[in-house]
Amino acid sequence: MAARSALLSASKIINPFLVGRPGSTVKVFGTTLTSHRNKTLLTPPPAKYGGRHTVTLIPGDGIGPELLSHVREVFRFSCVPVDFEVVNVNSALETENDINNAITAIRRNGVALKGNIETKHTMPPSVKSGNNLLRTGLDLYANVMHCQSLPGVQTRHKNIDIMIIRENTEGEYSSLEHESVSGVVESLKIITRNNSLRIADYAFKLARERGRRRVTAVHKANIMKLGDGLFLQCCKEVASGYPDITFDSMIVDNTTMQLVSKPQQFDVMVMPNLYGNVVSNVCAGLVGGPGLVPGANYGRDYAVFETATRNTGKSIADKNIANPTAMLLASCLMLDHLKLNGYASLIRNAVLTTMNETRLHTADLGGQGTTSEVVQSVMRVIQSKGQLTAEL
Amino acid sequence: MAGNAWRSLLTQAVGVAVRKPVQSSASFSRGMKMVTMIPGDGIGPEISAAVMKIFDAAKAPITWEERNVTAIKGPGGRWMIPPDAKESMDSSKIGLKGPLKTPIAAGHPSMNLLLRKTFDLYANVRPCVSIEGYKTPYTDVDLVTIRENTEGEYSGIEHMIVDGVVQSIKLITENASRRIAEYAFEYARNNKRTSVTAVHKANIMRMSDGLFLRKCREVAENYKDIKFTEMYLDTVCLNMVQDPTQFDVLVMPNLYGDILSDLCAGLIGGLGVTPSGNIGANGVAIFESVHGTAPDIAGMDLANPTALLLSAVMMLRHMGLHDCANKIQTACFDTIKDKKVLTKDLGGSAKCSEFTAEICRRIRDLD
Repeated sequence: MAARSALLSASKIINPFLVGRPGSTVKVFGTTLTSHRNKTLLTPPPAKYGGRHTVTLIPGDGIGPELLSHVREVFRFSCVPVDFEVVNVNSALETENDINNAITAIRRNGVALKGNIETKHTMPPSVKSGNNLLRTGLDLYANVMHCQSLPGVQTRHKNIDIMIIRENTEGEYSSLEHESVSGVVESLKIITRNNSLRIADYAFKLARERGRRRVTAVHKANIMKLGDGLFLQCCKEVASGYPDITFDSMIVDNTTMQLVSKPQQFDVMVMPNLYGNVVSNVCAGLVGGPGLVPGANYGRDYAVFETATRNTGKSIADKNIANPTAMLLASCLMLDHLKLNGYASLIRNAVLTTMNETRLHTADLGGQGTTSEVVQSVMRVIQSKGQLTAEL
Repeated sequence: MAGNAWRSLLTQAVGVAVRKPVQSSASFSRGMKMVTMIPGDGIGPEISAAVMKIFDAAKAPITWEERNVTAIKGPGGRWMIPPDAKESMDSSKIGLKGPLKTPIAAGHPSMNLLLRKTFDLYANVRPCVSIEGYKTPYTDVDLVTIRENTEGEYSGIEHMIVDGVVQSIKLITENASRRIAEYAFEYARNNKRTSVTAVHKANIMRMSDGLFLRKCREVAENYKDIKFTEMYLDTVCLNMVQDPTQFDVLVMPNLYGDILSDLCAGLIGGLGVTPSGNIGANGVAIFESVHGTAPDIAGMDLANPTALLLSAVMMLRHMGLHDCANKIQTACFDTIKDKKVLTKDLGGSAKCSEFTAEICRRIRDLD
């Protein structure tokens, strides 16, 4: 107790700018002291240095760099008080130094915006996926994706509005594999009570916050009785604490079948890692494709924003045909997280206006527009709103 | 006789379930082929009866041997299927199965699992073709999912390491992966399909799916006439719901196969119209309908026999009886396209017997 207060006062002397507000963290000599944290769902890092936020930017591979440069362009144009700290991760290297640098930078800034880092699976199994290392290293346990039908996009199904909450750190993505006998490989899927309770709690809290009526747990407990059985049990336990929200469960193969025939029946879905991968990609495809949906990864202390389907898009890289919508909407999610809601709504409305009213579509939506044309259109809409902007 | 023995030895050595147009003399009598029919539970008996009636009308050279499968405890305490059912399948090698109910907490594993283990049914084949006349948001679907049926995530090996931490083991072996890859390419060649796509998640499960992928690549070397591609599971899901026409034959491990085959079934209209076949070692094949037993409509003559019928058609093709298969399939699709006599799940109000009679009538007209 005494040591703790001594350390706190020491930090006040050392760095007068790092004033510990209640509910924030104070970093002293690499350790993190948390003084009475308020447990809301989203806690933004404090805006230091003149009210401007610093956000880590990881360009990644494929279409990541070009889309993120467009985001910076839009931010600069709209005078958004965010500075980017760029951390490059080279996916061809076998060491983990780059990823560790990225993790340190995100720990420092609290928030990141990233493109997808390619995983070359020709490398030896000891080289793990960069994206995965980031997620587990920062304990970003919840991946949240909101799929909504957009009026300007032609799809087979209409009126879709599904929130998908996917456990992001364990399950099949534990990367624990071994070859016990030559020709026989075992891969471990880990499900823990703590993480399952945590993600279920997150899902129900989010559902309540957004006024959603129903949460569906997706599982395969008829086959994986212990693993998915535990997950389901945890969801049921948490559900009992939220009597205002209906809880039901569905087996994953039935879920995919229902999604392609009647996706309107789903509201909020919560599931372990691999099923989350499948279901989120199916839903993204249903609302119009990978270029439209933003995704967010939340942990207790950090948040990382990216496109929902995490595509590298190598085949369309540097051709100016990628759809910037997903990345721009992800940056709006980031602005909401930083409590810069005004800027978030401004950019989001501009993107949606371009999509739905102007109907300027890129090739993946069947249109003729290029990425830069779409971004220019977004900036023009922002300018027409009359707020302070830089030159076009 | 010696020719047959040599052929079956070769088949076993190669490990590929090759379709044999000429069956062993034990199951042929008067040119008829014997097939073991397992009616199943719930609506099983009525749809099996419907299929037998339609085959009768089509004058298919099939004799049916009905058997029931219920789990019985054999010597040594192991659960097994009744010996007369096993004997029948061993001699006929071909089976047609209706839906079996899996009682919860019965103490024995599911019947489907027992059948799979008894006959080493390693490949689950599900052709998904859009049915003209049964509208879904997806048209022109024509793909086949081939799923490894014995290992992978469904090995059933799970343990609680510490209280609150559960570990499930996903097993991938070289032999099973090679076997399923070989079956997939053989199937593609025999059915004149142009490409085979391996579905995997080797970026995350580097060793296990990596092994599966390596085996697929090795087998692809021997089948240069068929295009081989590999695609991540999430990319397949994404593209499948946007444009299913880009896929042809898909081969994958157990869990992905489960999810994707049901996804594809959903594209064409659900499990009520999807055929399915399980291919085993030693030339055994069991064709089945994958829907449930529907206990709420059992015995009321309301069931839709389409799934079982299309599985039976798949069986005829497997046996090389293409003319008969085409005749029955055309009659079935024409009936659905016509929309006059349809069961309730297809949007009509006819009874199962009326639907069956209509198909029989069309078959007789086709002759």
